[in-house]
Amino acid sequence: MDIKILGTGCPNCRKLEANTEQALEELKIKADIEKVTEIKDIMSYGILGTPALVVDGEIKVYGRVPETKEIKELLKK
Amino acid sequence: MSIFYPVQIFSDWLTHSVFGIAQNTLLASAVNFFIFDTIKIFLLLAVIIFAVSIIRSFLPPEKIRTILSSEKKYFGNVLASLLGIITPFCTCSAIPLFLGFLEAGVPLGTTFSFLVASPMINEVALVLLFGLFGWKITLLYIFSGLIISILSGIVIGHLKVENLVEEFVYKNKQSGQLKLPEMTWKQRADYARNYTIGIIKKVWIYVIIGIGIGAWIHGYVPTDFLARYASSDKWYAVPLAVLVGIPLYSNAAGIIPLVSVLTEKGVSLGTTLAFMMAVTGLSLPEFMILKKVMKLKLIVIFAGIVGIGILFTGYLFNLVLR
Repeated sequence: MDIKILGTGCPNCRKLEANTEQALEELKIKADIEKVTEIKDIMSYGILGTPALVVDGEIKVYGRVPETKEIKELLKK
Repeated sequence: MSIFYPVQIFSDWLTHSVFGIAQNTLLASAVNFFIFDTIKIFLLLAVIIFAVSIIRSFLPPEKIRTILSSEKKYFGNVLASLLGIITPFCTCSAIPLFLGFLEAGVPLGTTFSFLVASPMINEVALVLLFGLFGWKITLLYIFSGLIISILSGIVIGHLKVENLVEEFVYKNKQSGQLKLPEMTWKQRADYARNYTIGIIKKVWIYVIIGIGIGAWIHGYVPTDFLARYASSDKWYAVPLAVLVGIPLYSNAAGIIPLVSVLTEKGVSLGTTLAFMMAVTGLSLPEFMILKKVMKLKLIVIFAGIVGIGILFTGYLFNLVLR
């Protein structure tokens, strides 16, 4: 599973990262989280608001921080 | 009867019965003012920010960009300014928005209309204006802000200054429709709740300090104290207010309560409006960030046009609202 977190390092991005890590741990999935922090790379996904969660190349959540529970649902699919 | 009547009863009770401050004293007036305003403002902030966040969850910047990229000149400027009202704007989002809009083919003038309206007409400033100045001033502020952002965008669009935008911006064109996930109602409510809590956490201290100093001035400084320096017949009041307002952006939430009291003490309304617009609309940190994507000359043009618009608004209201 390829997980990316898009964000320039704002508090919300760190919170999304923490929630995602928590979700992975609870689901017992081993996966690396890649952080995309370069503004140009973030823009290439076409979004305007950070943070965003990208799983296997698909934007799952953007512009808000989802709860761990919601991320778990997203990752299960 | 005002919907805040219960709040008034509560703050009267707190001031006189709980704190035991005698009625009709300066201290009672200041304490009562502080309690009433603080409760009223926080109630309004919570309700309005939540409502705006729900609306925003339907119209994120990504959707706004799609709408604006297909709009004609003039109407695009109007629409961009209106949509700017519901969009939150912090300096950190200036670059992605600016780049994203231009890359998707939104005209430069329309992008600037959005860039002016978004921070200037934001829900936190509007709540504070409404709570402390009433709906008339709030409407005046919204209309003047809209007119400034629409006209600034149209002027910049006509100046043909696309060459002043850094080259790389136009190189990576955004193509194709983006597939974005839709939110459920539960997610919208969660988003709105988190956003509301986040904003209130960020501004509460400024609001309380602002109202606190305001309450002190309200109670202790004589009315018309500032009229000597800042009444509407002083020509320098408006430009001075704008200059002072530029570096104060991050504290907009605390400035408005303060300013509302200054008006009471003799600062004229046009000057007050100009000051608040300068605080929200002209932001030094934003200019510094925008330097990454445009030449200094364009920032100066942008700030100049918006600044002139604000000065004009200030003088106009000083003249009209005597």
